[in-house]
Amino acid sequence: MPLKSKDLLGLESMDASEIGLILDTARPMKEIFTRSVKKVPTLRGKTVVNLFYEPSTRTRTSFELAAKRLSADTLNISVRDSSVVKGESLIDTAKTLEAMNADFVIIRHSMSGAPHLMARHAKFSVINAGDGAHAHPTQGLLDMFTIREKLGRIEGVKVLIVGDILHSRVARSNIWGLTKLGAEVSVAGPATLIPPQIERLGVKVCYRIDDVIGDMDVIYMLRIQLERQRERLFPSLREYTKLYGIDMARLRLAKPNVLIMHPGPMNRGVEISSEVADSMSSVICEQVTNGIAVRMAVLYLLGRGG
Amino acid sequence: MKLLIKGGRVIDPANKVDRVSDILVESGRIKKVSSNIKAGTSKVKTIDASGKVVTPGLIDMHVHLREPGMEDEETIASGTRAAARGGVTSVVCMANTNPVIDNQAQVDFILLKAKDEGVVNVFLVGGVTKGLRGEELSEIGELKGAGVVAISDDGNPIMNTQIMRQALEYAKMFELPVISHCEDLNLSRGGAMNEGYMSTVLGLKGIPKEAEEIMVARDLRLARMTGGLLHIAHVSTAGSVDLIRGAKRNGIKVTCETAPHYFTLTEEAVSSFDTNTKMCPPLRTRDDVQAIREGLADGTIDCISSDHAPHLDVEKDQEYALAPFGIIGLETILPLIVTELVDKNVLVLSEAIAKMSVNPARILGLNRGTLSQGSVADITIIDLDLAKTIDDKFASKSKNSPFIGRRLNGFAVATIVEGEVVTQG
Amino acid sequence: MDPKRIVMDKEEMARAIKRMAREIIEKARGAKDLAFIGIQTRGVYLAQRLAKEIVKAEKGKIPIGILDITLYRDDLTNIARQPVVKETDIPFDITDKRVVLIDDVLFAGRTIRAALDAIIDFGRPKSIQLAVLIDRGHRELPIQADFVGKSTTTTLAEEVLVRMEEADDIDQVMLIGKEG
Repeated sequence: MPLKSKDLLGLESMDASEIGLILDTARPMKEIFTRSVKKVPTLRGKTVVNLFYEPSTRTRTSFELAAKRLSADTLNISVRDSSVVKGESLIDTAKTLEAMNADFVIIRHSMSGAPHLMARHAKFSVINAGDGAHAHPTQGLLDMFTIREKLGRIEGVKVLIVGDILHSRVARSNIWGLTKLGAEVSVAGPATLIPPQIERLGVKVCYRIDDVIGDMDVIYMLRIQLERQRERLFPSLREYTKLYGIDMARLRLAKPNVLIMHPGPMNRGVEISSEVADSMSSVICEQVTNGIAVRMAVLYLLGRGG
Repeated sequence: MKLLIKGGRVIDPANKVDRVSDILVESGRIKKVSSNIKAGTSKVKTIDASGKVVTPGLIDMHVHLREPGMEDEETIASGTRAAARGGVTSVVCMANTNPVIDNQAQVDFILLKAKDEGVVNVFLVGGVTKGLRGEELSEIGELKGAGVVAISDDGNPIMNTQIMRQALEYAKMFELPVISHCEDLNLSRGGAMNEGYMSTVLGLKGIPKEAEEIMVARDLRLARMTGGLLHIAHVSTAGSVDLIRGAKRNGIKVTCETAPHYFTLTEEAVSSFDTNTKMCPPLRTRDDVQAIREGLADGTIDCISSDHAPHLDVEKDQEYALAPFGIIGLETILPLIVTELVDKNVLVLSEAIAKMSVNPARILGLNRGTLSQGSVADITIIDLDLAKTIDDKFASKSKNSPFIGRRLNGFAVATIVEGEVVTQG
Repeated sequence: MDPKRIVMDKEEMARAIKRMAREIIEKARGAKDLAFIGIQTRGVYLAQRLAKEIVKAEKGKIPIGILDITLYRDDLTNIARQPVVKETDIPFDITDKRVVLIDDVLFAGRTIRAALDAIIDFGRPKSIQLAVLIDRGHRELPIQADFVGKSTTTTLAEEVLVRMEEADDIDQVMLIGKEG
């Protein structure tokens, strides 16, 4: 097998060469989008199931398109309209999908470790599309692909991730992937939203963006969720935006060719202003395109072993 | 019926005995402990204990037997069988059954059932508060009369400080220890594992050490204030050990226990999301494991108990955050003590045995835990060199153990309760 | 025992390529509407060399496309080696063009079948012809080359190794017997 495991559960256990292989494979996948027939027969006849316990249009459609462009058959199961709501356990769902000979199950779940539980009980390949606050490996991969495409490299690139790091699986996957490939990662956010001992993952912590923004090659804005304010983790959205949001004034403090990234969906006017989101520095739309290419690469590489 | 145990290394910490000796048991009591006992002419069952260690029957003072209410997970019958297999002759059973043990009728029911179906001694802990809700004291006097040996809301902390104060004051009258489950629910809410590096990596909500330590500090102050008998359950952090050590030095009446997983495993075990690593308090860091070992060595921690908490596969086989807390422990407590403490020179054997014999007996006022002449013949025979890899074939109805697959040595080869051999081999 | 045999040296290769270029032009009656698609990797170098010959002769440039057929293979699960997907770049519209598909070795024919599937997805060429440097026989599909540098008999136990200066610092075609 080109990748060590039948599943893609997280970047933490992967080595730099596996990550590099996925990024290298995503490039020729991207070329397919420019053809008039945006399809190759590689996964023809394979069944790819999107099992989403949390709502998501973006990631789900990205995976769906990735599978379809590889000629696979796709199936979308979202919790609200399935037997899961009636209380079917994750393991029973896995057995049901196995009985239907699914080849890949892409799972997004609100609890850390859910994809691992599923992978232990099923023969199909499990792809983690986000589990609780633990990991979102394909997001990390597409973000790295975007950085490499725009800046030519990842090693030595200075990345600042801003926002609710505590609850962010996107931040964790990016931290694992970027540090493995040699980037210098810093995180910034209110102290109540920075997880304990995060420095042990190889990142610097700072609380004032303006102090460090001039050094950064990439500024990665995380979405702030309104529920967190209700949990009293920070006093108000207004204060959050003032201290940690990025607007044109703050953007001007950064390097002229800085990349502004966001996993989406954006809270325009909260963590990112509309002007910045639509500025030349923003590569947010390219992240979306690259997402499909990276997910095609993952399906292809996991599918090869048969 | 007479029982003669020949040639074993007899370790009886209560009487400061550690030498090769024979033991003669008659009518359920210890008749004589000396070398070269001749059994006489009447019917005698002889056990050759040469090369083995013979100790007072082990007392596990923190066990959840799940009957009534959760008999799928465990019953008095299966739980006591598990105890016997583990070399434990007395289990002290917690009150958080369904319904809870907070009145005489419940106590009577369980003691009766234990008499009929239990294969080892069952001692009961009554609830401090009605329904374990932490709001009103239960009829503690009545519970004492019915035969409980301690009171505890374990499973739950008593968050209301005034109630905990009153419990200590009131129970003092009956010489009942109050066993405290120290956890600040506001700090621990939603947590599934220790708060720290691993919880950050795994994206799981953490339970900070302070959730335990703050309540330990509170309870120690209340113990000083009231003079009540405080016993702190399942100590898991270095900070808790320090607080208790300091309190003892200052003459506060407090005792405490820990469980084998807190001197063996760390939070790193959670990395595979195996829910058999999920219990409350959670597995902590290496520094805490080290501190627990030191606390055992210098006497700060008086007892070792399993906190045996059976759960079914279907309950544990869930997302980590949803799985219930708890692991079984009756069948692994002894070999873990031998392998992780005695063989690693943290404790000498007699100190280790004391943690499960004379110490819990003294704290709970049980007339067990010794091999004195005339005492009840609860005896455990241990083969220190017998090594096994723990598999999932337990006498317990449940299999939720993180030690499956681990190689341990120091297993009980015979368990004797009131002079009767309950398990052998 | 020397299991190696040189099937083509540098001079023979150059002569074969020159001849193939002439044949292609002859059959097509001129370079108009011609387009080359080279299969990664050595098919691409071959296509570039053929195009150069044609430029010399006809003074007309032929568009060259690069095609990686890994994603179209029918035997993905059988490949032991890394499934590295390389670049595909066909920077022109192939509709109505007379495409010459170019590869270094024609063997079972499965690579060509995959390439045909890929090309059809790009558009509707007027015709597709096949040019290969070496035809080693043992076809598994009804595929034939229109232009061949050299035909050579081989056994299934042998391997044909094509080396080209662009990647291997030597121009040579070798036949290697598998060690028994």
